[in-house]
Amino acid sequence: MELYLFLKVLWWVLLGVLLIGLAVMVGMDMGVGTLLRFVGRTDTERRIALNSIGPHWDGNQVWFILGGGAIFAAFPLIYATAFSGLYIVMMLLLWTMIVRPLGFEYRSKLPSAKWRNMWDWALLVSGAVPMIVYGAGVGNMLKGVPFHFGWDLTSYYTGSFLSLLNPFAVMCGLLSLSLSIYMGGVMLMGRTEDDLYSRSQKAASGAALVAIVLFAIGGIWVSTMNGFVLTQSPAPGVAQTPMHQVVQVASGAWLNNFKTYPVMWIVPVLGFAGMLLGFFSVRGGKSTLAWWLGAIAWIGVIGTAGLSMFPFMMPSITDPSQSLTLWNSGSSQRTLLWMTGFTIVFVPLILWYTSWAFYVMRGKVKGEEVEADSHSY
Amino acid sequence: MINDTVVELSRWQFAATALYHFLFVPLTLGMSFMLAAMETVYVTTGKQIYREMAHFWGKLFLINFALGVATGLTMEFEFGTNWSFYSSFVGDIFGAPLAIEGLMAFFMESTFIGLMVFGWKRLSKGQHLLVTYLVALGSNLSALWILVANGFMQDPQGAAFNPVTMRMELTNFADLIFSPDAQAKFVHTSIAGYVTAAIFVSGISAFYMLRGRHKELARRSFRMASLFGVLATAAVITLGDALGFVGANAQPTKLAAMEAMWETEPAPAPFNVAAWPDQESQTNKWSIQIPYVLTPLLTHTMSQEVPGVKELEAQAAERVRNGIPAVEALKVLSADPTDANALAQFSAHKKDLGYGFLAKRYSPDQDVSKATNETIAKAAKDSIPNVFTMFWTFRLMVAFGLLMLAYFVLAVIFSLRRDIHRQRWFLRIAPWMIPVPFIACEMGWLTAEIGRQPWTVYGVLPTWMSASSHSVGYMAFSLAGFVLLYSIFIAIEMYLMVKFIRKGPDESESSSAPDYAPVSGGGVATAGVMMPRKEN
Repeated sequence: MELYLFLKVLWWVLLGVLLIGLAVMVGMDMGVGTLLRFVGRTDTERRIALNSIGPHWDGNQVWFILGGGAIFAAFPLIYATAFSGLYIVMMLLLWTMIVRPLGFEYRSKLPSAKWRNMWDWALLVSGAVPMIVYGAGVGNMLKGVPFHFGWDLTSYYTGSFLSLLNPFAVMCGLLSLSLSIYMGGVMLMGRTEDDLYSRSQKAASGAALVAIVLFAIGGIWVSTMNGFVLTQSPAPGVAQTPMHQVVQVASGAWLNNFKTYPVMWIVPVLGFAGMLLGFFSVRGGKSTLAWWLGAIAWIGVIGTAGLSMFPFMMPSITDPSQSLTLWNSGSSQRTLLWMTGFTIVFVPLILWYTSWAFYVMRGKVKGEEVEADSHSY
Repeated sequence: MINDTVVELSRWQFAATALYHFLFVPLTLGMSFMLAAMETVYVTTGKQIYREMAHFWGKLFLINFALGVATGLTMEFEFGTNWSFYSSFVGDIFGAPLAIEGLMAFFMESTFIGLMVFGWKRLSKGQHLLVTYLVALGSNLSALWILVANGFMQDPQGAAFNPVTMRMELTNFADLIFSPDAQAKFVHTSIAGYVTAAIFVSGISAFYMLRGRHKELARRSFRMASLFGVLATAAVITLGDALGFVGANAQPTKLAAMEAMWETEPAPAPFNVAAWPDQESQTNKWSIQIPYVLTPLLTHTMSQEVPGVKELEAQAAERVRNGIPAVEALKVLSADPTDANALAQFSAHKKDLGYGFLAKRYSPDQDVSKATNETIAKAAKDSIPNVFTMFWTFRLMVAFGLLMLAYFVLAVIFSLRRDIHRQRWFLRIAPWMIPVPFIACEMGWLTAEIGRQPWTVYGVLPTWMSASSHSVGYMAFSLAGFVLLYSIFIAIEMYLMVKFIRKGPDESESSSAPDYAPVSGGGVATAGVMMPRKEN
């Protein structure tokens, strides 16, 4: 197998892993933020909920930052075209996300109820909005984005802000939000007791059901909408720009990969299985199991989107033949090789110390401890 | 067509968000090591006061840290949102250090800071100390990779243009990370962070000493900060000089602008202590000079000639002329990457491709093939950064550096003579020193990045071509949004910071709350290691 071809595919997979890691780890914290006002009725309850992810949110958030960095390093053309094209949505994402660190760090610094209430709202918005944008972003990739390139690969986005909030994208956003609420609820179940526990349980099981319905609707929707087919292009293992290929648009084409390789149906099934079994384990009070099932659900959902689009990553509806694929938007072989080396060394380390951090902070968070510790949120 | 206003607004937005981010970063870089130092003394000597210090300064550290994290999020995405041509053009090189920063440094810093804050009662003394060091190491490694990325913008090493993919690509990873500019800038910048932290701690400690509050904590913090600060400030000045030496070779236009040197003077050239540079007439309206000093300062020799602005501009005009055929060839290659004539033309002119791009802005219809002598002259003029701004931001930074050195020398003397509490005039000045390193850091950023203009990647890609093709409306909206949001943030942060400084260390808590996990056994520690707090 050609090395460059292999590296392109590897980085497509690794990008998927990152997007899943981001969805699982950041999504969980976002879910807690979203749920904060609803599961926590008293200030102490809210503080318990916040402190249950207090030691981890910052580390988890790096999945998001690394996601940005890895797209930049491995698929610079996607990084450039997607983030500039989705400009106002990206601003919405950034402006809500940057409030979050302050919400955690500053909320309990002052005793005023008004102050704390304000930050609780901030945490709600900065939890829910980014997850909707995240899902809507993936949804827009499936639909195709109105952009094209000049001769020197300057990208031009020709759509409006509102066209990014089309019904399909919004639905994907809600799917993403419900999975994050599920993960947040499950995380809270593991770290809290009594009322907080039972309210979180209710939220998580409800969110699982909503996610199942939305994922099913999404599947039907995708099967009828326009997909993209690469009919002519340079060899995948060759360095190339998106200027020398022919792409056709066909209704239902996003199912072609599944028709060619029926074994891939495992991935969407995994998504449904994760959500459904997750629902039952939440009901059964098995929060650790439910957490892992939630992670599997995310693998199923993001995996399904990735596989149905393969090899496309960002199709263009303005000029489909300028669509971005993993063949034409990746970094050079040398950069991908170096990045692979760093990934092999550091990802195991990251997983190791992250697990250790969760192990050290294991167990239920108690109200009296939160109140007594001046370092807690 | 590229819109000048959009580019201008994009530049303002990037500068605003970066300068803002850089208000919080230096303090994090330095404070993390100071906290590690305090905790080290506590763990090795068992003196409770150092534990209190770590707790108290740790709280202020976190108020600052939250905004560093928040504003850092923007930076990771802003290249894509606002500098999309830049991102696709050099992403093959520039993206890697950003991703590696996440993998190697930011994950470490962010994961362990959670344990540093929440782990006091769950970790042993040794474990907690290790965690604190890992936070410090993570934040400093983070700076290393960011400055490797920035080093590429200043002096693009280890990369070449690939006409097949129409972008710059990595040719040598070692050249990229060991770029002299990146290395010199990393040490200069991170140690500037240590200076910032040292002033911050010493200024607040002086405030307590002046009021007679928290005497023991203030005295020890002050001494530690002074020693840390005097070493760091001396290092920053030395390393800044090294950075200037590196820059003299890599970025002659930055150097000439910084020194307001219009003509190439015979070596050894005079040094302008102060001047009023005028870009239009390319002269200094007035200047105060010291003869012979500039040449040894910049080149570390007495004989090497340092080129002035006029000479550099003439060179740039030549390169623009030579670069235009490269851009024209590229246009042909975009449609047909195998065109032999275009490939040959490109190879012959590729070393000046960036200068060819520079011509685009001033060419009729932004088409370089229509360039005239007049537009080429404009492009060449554009290759010189704003001399007045460069001259004065640089001097302000240096003056503040020297001021801080004097401050720390006195602080160390008083501190070691143990009569600092009697030097009330000095204690009164000290809190007012706190803004100085912050301003100096920002001036350093301005000098480095304005001096890089008109390029995003020096000599390779003009800033004017790098921005995303947004509408003026989008840019006005996002710039206003950032300014508004960030202004609210800084108001909140300052309010909390001042409030917690006024409140001071929580003495009741520190004497009653047990710390660290008990040596053996699990459960919540109720009988942890406790020592009576020493009152002075």
